[in-house]
Amino acid sequence: MKIKSLIIFLVISSFFLTCILSIWKIMSTLQGLSFTNLNITLVFSIGIFLSLLFVIIGNKINHLIKIFGLSFLFSILYFYLNEASPYWYILGVFLITLFFTNKLKKYSIQSLKEDFISEKIIFDFITLFGIVFFAFVILFPFYIMLVTSFKTQIALLVNPLDFSLDFSKNLTELFKSYFVIFDTYNFTRYILISSAVSIGTVIVTLLFAIPAAYAVARLNFFGKNFLSTSILIIYMFPAIVLVIPLYTVFSQLGLRNSIFGLLIVYTATTLPVAIYMLQGYFKSIPKEIEDAGIMDGQNWFGIILKIIIPLSLPAIASVALYVFMIAWNEFLFSLMFLDSPKSFTLSRAIQYLSGDAETPRQYLMAGSVVVTLPVLFIFIYFEKYLVSGLTAGSVKE
Amino acid sequence: MSVSLSKLEKRTAYTLVLPAVLLVFAIVLFPIFANVWISFKDIELKDIRIPEPRAKKIVKSISENESELKVIYKLRNSSLIQEIRNVQFQDKFPKNISPIDLDPRCNFKSKKIICDFGNWEAKYRENFEIIIKNTNDERIDKKIIKSRKPILSGTANNPLLTTNFTLKNFKKVFYENNFVELLLTTFYFTFFGTVGAIIFGILAAQLVNQNIRGRTYMRGILLFPYVGPVVALAYTWTLLLDPNSGTLNALLVNFNIIETPINLLGQKYITLSILGFEFKLRLALTTVIFFEIWRYFPLAFLFILARLQAIPQSLYEAAEVDGASPTQKFIHITLPQITAIISILFMIRFIWNFNKFEDIFLLTGGASGTRTLPINVYQQGFAVSDIGMGSAVSIVIVMLLLSFMFIYFRLVGKKANED
Repeated sequence: MKIKSLIIFLVISSFFLTCILSIWKIMSTLQGLSFTNLNITLVFSIGIFLSLLFVIIGNKINHLIKIFGLSFLFSILYFYLNEASPYWYILGVFLITLFFTNKLKKYSIQSLKEDFISEKIIFDFITLFGIVFFAFVILFPFYIMLVTSFKTQIALLVNPLDFSLDFSKNLTELFKSYFVIFDTYNFTRYILISSAVSIGTVIVTLLFAIPAAYAVARLNFFGKNFLSTSILIIYMFPAIVLVIPLYTVFSQLGLRNSIFGLLIVYTATTLPVAIYMLQGYFKSIPKEIEDAGIMDGQNWFGIILKIIIPLSLPAIASVALYVFMIAWNEFLFSLMFLDSPKSFTLSRAIQYLSGDAETPRQYLMAGSVVVTLPVLFIFIYFEKYLVSGLTAGSVKE
Repeated sequence: MSVSLSKLEKRTAYTLVLPAVLLVFAIVLFPIFANVWISFKDIELKDIRIPEPRAKKIVKSISENESELKVIYKLRNSSLIQEIRNVQFQDKFPKNISPIDLDPRCNFKSKKIICDFGNWEAKYRENFEIIIKNTNDERIDKKIIKSRKPILSGTANNPLLTTNFTLKNFKKVFYENNFVELLLTTFYFTFFGTVGAIIFGILAAQLVNQNIRGRTYMRGILLFPYVGPVVALAYTWTLLLDPNSGTLNALLVNFNIIETPINLLGQKYITLSILGFEFKLRLALTTVIFFEIWRYFPLAFLFILARLQAIPQSLYEAAEVDGASPTQKFIHITLPQITAIISILFMIRFIWNFNKFEDIFLLTGGASGTRTLPINVYQQGFAVSDIGMGSAVSIVIVMLLLSFMFIYFRLVGKKANED
């Protein structure tokens, strides 16, 4: 029993160590180091050796001394058995091993006798591995997007693995792609258009949605139940089936290539979510507060403006941010409706840029960074509101 | 008293709701019905303009002192397929000017030339000429003549509103469009995309739900792919996966994991041999599915996490006392608590993946075996410019969606009754 859990412990822990060290090696390769071998077996075997030493030493010496000593030993072994590598790389290896051995803290020969220890080991290391894995898989493309925008096409074709940035160059040189997309490709205009459309959509959607949500939440009228269920069904209907009729009708009405046309479509497609989210919140406001308003002789307009809106500002904020994000990221309708570069939104402009095979990739990535950054900033800053918006608006993209 | 109050309430309610309802009706519901209409018509992208008569005015001098001018109107029917009936023409001139030898179809009255051109067939063209003369033999300013635009009017059928219908589009959808493959690709994409997103969502939620440092940051980071703009993310991935100079292939070749770069987005099949069995994998489709999972597992994660955090801790403590292993805890406590949310997520994601257009369009454009129904709507409607056909495919999508919803509500309703 003990041998089995010991083996599981050794294998899983060294597997985990091998994974982080491989990721570290890959990231270092992208900084221009020319490694050609991941040396998985080697790392795995010294990993097993390290874990074994760790368990055997147990509590005989101070934990801090133990982890420093072991990490140091590991780094030196790694340094001698591996390809030649610079000191900052080995320092990274040392820090990673330090982090790793620190995680092993709770394991010792005694603890391996506990109930279900094998399962606990597996769960523990899967958690650690999962966090590293998810963080890497999610952040890696964003990292590549950002770094590519600072490189040049030629440098990347010569060595597609070298993403190291040369900070000794002056800033104009480093940010050249950004200057180019703003100067030659007119991105200032596209940013303005995208902002106008998105902010406009937020305002118009709120203007329509707040009264409607209030009516659905508070008033009794014929067709109310039908309305609230059909809201749910409407958001199931996808943009792609609306595109052809809207395209033909908008062509005949001359609404294509206009920001106004886009605004109408965005508003209509976000309205159901907005109403759904708001009415849920309005229902949670105690009715007595409104009764006081009615006593004061307020009409519905006054009640909404003076009582409901001030009380539900957090919900309105989350709807606004959510709608802004949908409108800012929207692509399908802007692809269909906008043909002339005069009225492009950012997303459409980037797609247009990519249509020209001659466009160097760093410009494309600089454009992508420009369109991504505002959304990510808003998201990070207002995460609390947005997350509640996302969960409440549940179904809509 | 109370009757009039409830009447007032109703009236208020309708005033509040109506603007939103009308807008949604016009932009969301109307097109769904309009699709049915268009799908039964033989109509192409170039036919959707209403035909109109057009004229381009050219002014030439034909006398020395420019007291006589020749005005040429290049007339045409803007439509290549539809006639315009009863074309009326009108152009205004300054005073002291009169036409010479006016065309019999026209007459000159109070400084205006008014013509009745009758019917123009499709593609109709004519160079219509008028010679004008200053009655006082003075010079006519060409610019003034040129600056006045003639007014044309005529009646034409709106090609969208004619009532000749055909079943041609639906026949084409089912018989000439590789319909079975289209449907299968759509289902592969939808099913594996949905299941993958939910599995990764459960894993991620399970991770973040533990007591680890920095879990709020982790939650934020996990949502990045979902909140980022699809255009930026899709192009980044295209670059990353590019066979010639993409980072991923370069890394794999560099570490000798593969010998030659793999065109992950441009190759339809790849032959894999596992345990001696060879089978063909839809490579580009698989890559697109992975992108889809990457982009949408955060949504599943968020919902499952919210549910996990609502599970009372006492359940786990009780299990601990009973001596349950971590796996048993997961299977007997966690899973039953999240099945409801998973079934809702499955439904929502299934429907949304079924309709996914942007992601596939930006990654492969529907090439190398990634053509799904929504991509086909775009291809038929805008690439082949057969609007009627595109609408017919849309109708197929709507029908399938309605049947999914029906089945789902049937199943969920049944389960709710049993509980």
